[in-house]
Amino acid sequence: MNLRKSSLFLLAAAAVMIAVGVWRGEAATVLSKGINLCLECVGIG
Amino acid sequence: MAENKHRWKIQLAATLASNPFFLNFFEGKIHKGRSKMICVPGLNCYSCPAAAASCPIGSLQAVIGSSKFHFAYYIVGLLILMGVLLGRAICGFLCPFGWFQELLHKIPSKKLSAKKLHPLTYLKYVVLAVFVIILPMTVVNEVGLGDPFFCKYICPVGILEGGIPLSIADSAIRASLGALFTWKSCILLGCMVLFVFFYRPFCKWLCPLGAFYALLNSVSLYRFHIDTDKCTSCGACSKVCKMDVDVFRTPNHRECIRCGDCVRTCPHQAITRTFSLKSTEGKKVKTHEKNS
Repeated sequence: MNLRKSSLFLLAAAAVMIAVGVWRGEAATVLSKGINLCLECVGIG
Repeated sequence: MAENKHRWKIQLAATLASNPFFLNFFEGKIHKGRSKMICVPGLNCYSCPAAAASCPIGSLQAVIGSSKFHFAYYIVGLLILMGVLLGRAICGFLCPFGWFQELLHKIPSKKLSAKKLHPLTYLKYVVLAVFVIILPMTVVNEVGLGDPFFCKYICPVGILEGGIPLSIADSAIRASLGALFTWKSCILLGCMVLFVFFYRPFCKWLCPLGAFYALLNSVSLYRFHIDTDKCTSCGACSKVCKMDVDVFRTPNHRECIRCGDCVRTCPHQAITRTFSLKSTEGKKVKTHEKNS
């Protein structure tokens, strides 16, 4: 079976990056931003 | 005849799944649950009162622009994962703002072709590089925080989903509105006018999320395949494509949002959808070489 190596590589890289990001605490930063009103997004500044 | 009569149901379901807390619209507050730790695949503002999860582009800027991090492994990893699995089918099926553009485009009016404006499709890569990555990373205040430049100065979704409903429901927010709200409202209004006349102009020209997925469209597992034994190069697929893709030449082009109109239009059933890691490209190239 001829597998698309680039797709496989990217999927593996994505899994590693997600794990590294969670380990570094980036998910907590996303949560912190998401649960507070984004003033820039709604046009307050 | 070519249009997928059922795609709107998936778009509606995706919009509701991204925004299930619609009672928050009346209370003028946003959802504060832990589900905001993850991102939805489409462009959906996390300051929309009904949003269950975070916006990937807003989150990317939030992490890059924070004082702790200079690169967002988590968000980039999520975007690559979703992009490699589905590519721009996310734009065609799962993005609430993409659906919003399509709904406005249904308003009866003269419809304009964006084919001659093709160079503008490269603008979204500039927006991704400059406003989402470079500026939040490099223009920082004294404590090392960068602004989310795309969300702040360009994105019309935050005003549509967050700014307008929250300012209606909350007098304190209403009292805080100023020049930035006016600027972003003008952008939203301008975009909405364009949506009526052009098909998905924001996706084609400005969306940084579409730009990211576009880069992965050629390697995504969900893809279109041309059976070159059946294809007569009649061009019917290209004529029906609202994203201006020459489907029979480049079925996995960066601009293809996988709406499937070409699949239904092809008189020879030469276009098929696949979701596989198995490569079919080698066979196709050989057949093309044989034909030429």
